Amino acid sequence: MNSSSITLRRDLHRSTTSFGGVPVSRREALRRCVYGSAGVLLMEPLGIHAADETPLTGKAKSVIQIWLWGGPCHIDTFDPKPDAGKDYCGALDAPIETNVSGIRIGQLLPELAKQADKYSLIRSMTHGNNGHETASYLVQTGRPSDREVFPSVGAVTSYFKGYDNGYEGLIPPYIVLTEPQGRFSEAGFLGPRFKPFATGGDPADSVFAVEGIVAPGVSEERQRKRRSLLGGLNTLGGALPGNATLKTVAHSEEQAYEMILGDSGKLFDLSLEDEKVRDAYGRNTFGQSCLMARRLVEKGVPYITINYKGWDTHKQHFQIMNRKLPELDQGLAMLLQDLSDHGLLDSTIVWCTGEFGRTPKVQLESPWNGGRHHFGAVFSSLIAGGGFKGGQVVGSSNATGEEVKDRPVYPADMIASIYGQLGIPAEATLPHPMGTVAHVVPDEKEGVPSAGKLTEIL
Amino acid sequence: MNTCHFFAIAAVLPLLASAAVHPVFESGPVQTPPNPPTTPSEQIDQFVFDQLAERNLQPANLCSDAVFLRRAHLCVIGTLPTEQETRAFLDATDPDRRSRLIDELLKRDEFADYWSMKWGDLLRVKAEFPIKLWPNAVQAYHRWIHTSLRDNKPIHDFVRQMLVGNGSNFREGEVNFYRAMQDRSPRGIAATVALTFMGERAEKWPTKKLDAMAGFFAQVNFKPTAEWKEEIVYFDPMADKEALWRGAMFPDGTPGDLKLGLQDPRVVFADWLLRPENPWFSRNIANRAWSWLMGRGIVHEPDDNRPDNPPSNPELLAFLEKEFAASRCDMKHLFRIILNSQTFQLSSIPAQDSEEAAVHFAHYPLRRMEAEVLIDALNQLTRTQESYSSPIPEPFSFIPENIRAISLADGSITSSFLELFGKPPRDTGYESERGRNVSDAQRLHLLNSTHVHKKVAVSPLVEAAHDGESTPEEIADKVYHTVLSRPPTPDEVNALKTHAAEDYAGARELAADLVWALINEPEFFFIH
Repeated sequence: MNSSSITLRRDLHRSTTSFGGVPVSRREALRRCVYGSAGVLLMEPLGIHAADETPLTGKAKSVIQIWLWGGPCHIDTFDPKPDAGKDYCGALDAPIETNVSGIRIGQLLPELAKQADKYSLIRSMTHGNNGHETASYLVQTGRPSDREVFPSVGAVTSYFKGYDNGYEGLIPPYIVLTEPQGRFSEAGFLGPRFKPFATGGDPADSVFAVEGIVAPGVSEERQRKRRSLLGGLNTLGGALPGNATLKTVAHSEEQAYEMILGDSGKLFDLSLEDEKVRDAYGRNTFGQSCLMARRLVEKGVPYITINYKGWDTHKQHFQIMNRKLPELDQGLAMLLQDLSDHGLLDSTIVWCTGEFGRTPKVQLESPWNGGRHHFGAVFSSLIAGGGFKGGQVVGSSNATGEEVKDRPVYPADMIASIYGQLGIPAEATLPHPMGTVAHVVPDEKEGVPSAGKLTEIL
Repeated sequence: MNTCHFFAIAAVLPLLASAAVHPVFESGPVQTPPNPPTTPSEQIDQFVFDQLAERNLQPANLCSDAVFLRRAHLCVIGTLPTEQETRAFLDATDPDRRSRLIDELLKRDEFADYWSMKWGDLLRVKAEFPIKLWPNAVQAYHRWIHTSLRDNKPIHDFVRQMLVGNGSNFREGEVNFYRAMQDRSPRGIAATVALTFMGERAEKWPTKKLDAMAGFFAQVNFKPTAEWKEEIVYFDPMADKEALWRGAMFPDGTPGDLKLGLQDPRVVFADWLLRPENPWFSRNIANRAWSWLMGRGIVHEPDDNRPDNPPSNPELLAFLEKEFAASRCDMKHLFRIILNSQTFQLSSIPAQDSEEAAVHFAHYPLRRMEAEVLIDALNQLTRTQESYSSPIPEPFSFIPENIRAISLADGSITSSFLELFGKPPRDTGYESERGRNVSDAQRLHLLNSTHVHKKVAVSPLVEAAHDGESTPEEIADKVYHTVLSRPPTPDEVNALKTHAAEDYAGARELAADLVWALINEPEFFFIH
């Protein structure tokens, strides 16, 4: 019931046609046929090979990735170590029971404690990399930085479940709320078509100014007047009635106005939500981003990233945790509850992680005075929905949270599991500009560490 | 002289049947060139018009001065004319004003900037993460290209220097031709040379033909130096990669007859390729130049020459090829004769809107401005700047804020705007890598992004409008000359007055609305 059907090309290299040597998707090539002048030449090699396309099913239709930029501390959140003592826990040494017996989480996460049956915790995430950008790249591509720049999970999902596979509408298939995560975590060699659309603006403002869709300072009335001025001035269009190129432009313009003034753009108008619901998510950027993410999932957007910054706490760690964890707790817990209430949790993966954890031992010396540094050896991730079981814990760390104790989970394992739920097989290939065979998940030959998919919670 | 004049008048009649002259975009019907033609440009027109007549196709009217001014600026220097340039040109009455403008544009500094960008696409000038081409090698490569084009170096010398270059890729910019390839095996090099300088796609060749050409590149080698990321490209007489050297044969089937160790096979190849009588090279460049200025190749795509993709006008291509070779591969000469032709100066309003008419150059096609040209145009008329960045790690390329996008040396230096509007990734060297379509997302961006709204709001065109003083007529006159390079029509002024009558807040808001509307006109973002 909750399974979605996507079309996977068995051999993307073969069915991805070459447009002047640049691999392009079939739909893109068809589109270029319409616009370009090489159409006649291209029709033939394209050929629609229906037999090449096998519909595959996945339990999940969408992913909401909550990206805790900077790396949250695992022992303050999902892998508490109260017995490790004050040198490790600081003041956060009283974890709380959840609604699943045997699972305890950080004391600043009481709302999430009530939702533990909906999610699983991976307490043995590891990659050993302590640099923000390289670790972000690892967690979002499954691969260490090397000669190639691979696409992130979002770009790959947008490739397989976006415009080339039946996704329609003007809302881009890969959206970041609100700012892009930056280099090495975007489209890589897939190219700019698969980059995320970053909304800009702030969903907690009275008007969520989504770039290109909602222009602050330009009222709806002025938009309408401007549109009518523009329509009245079309001198070149008047001289070239019926011109195919200009017709395409006019069509694009209609589509754009559907977003600016029509119903499509209303998707971003959070004032249409019940005030109580908005309050329940928390009236802050993160909380309202979670609400926005739910609205996007309802519209069928396959991949949404909430880029939640501010977790890089070398100094003032505990002060910041006291402020941020309640925000995370309220927004994420409400998101899980709300998705569940809307019947969307079974088809929506919620994936919450940073690029790494933080040093379990508190850095008390000057100049840190109670901070935590980067820690790629062990960290925790939360995963829920989309066919992943809830109420489980996968793997564990040692008594101080400094080493993986059992069942290591590498980024490639997490990503392979997510792709599996989306119906994207690990052996599917990506179009590579130089024709190299590139699988969505690293194959054995690449020598990337892996301990297998998360079969425990599938 | 008199004879020419007589012929011109006498022969005008059959072509006069074209549609009514559009007051904004057209100046009048085309003139039949004298027979025999007295200039290369007239010769071009004769080939084009004869072919149209054979096919019962009518050429479009000639474009107006305003359209010509704008088209010539965008095609030759990738730069929008300023308000002052526009007014000066539209006020000029001398009959040579168009050819005078062409000569001026060919001398402008932006000529080298813009054409370095175009060549940069074909020559894959781009730093790549992490090691293929280091940013300072890219700068050396671009500098060499830019200097060559600025000095109008004959194109066969330009190509020869790349083909036979030896030395450090940090110091000798041209050797990066070999460094910037995706595949540096002899076959990979041969395929790139075939694409870039012969306009042929070697993947469509028989394997034997590619192997034979690869023989000339079996002794190119690369070695590192003590300097971080520097590499030396050199002729290695001891090398014979994949044992291809002995079988070296030119693409026309003539054996290479290489002498082991005595000569760099690349020199032998360059001698063959760049001989004046070798059609591959001059023909390809002539066709590319035509395609760059006319929006469509005589052979189309211009980098897909093959027997089953014949030129739409073989006589015209043969003529251009000969002119180019006879001028010692003078690119500006080639541009000049095309730009001075009536064919280049045809209106975009077709006499008959058919694929056949487009293939035979019966009217000037609509092409969306290149990403870089478009953002530069927006910045110029709003007097704003962009910031560009490169994802390539240290040493970071320093990009001054006021640099124009057409001057960006390195293909990895980009912005979300440039990507949205189709700046090519410079991976393959194919002309088709550059996107020139119009997408929904692009329309959304121009119509309603804060990026564009902010530019419009701070534009000097808005600053110049004074509430309570500036009239709609004054505003329209200035904004139209600046944005669309022409005066407004009475209808357009009336439309603005109607808009103004609906309780607008003042002249500044009116000017902002008009600037916004005009940059959203196809007339603005298309070359027409």
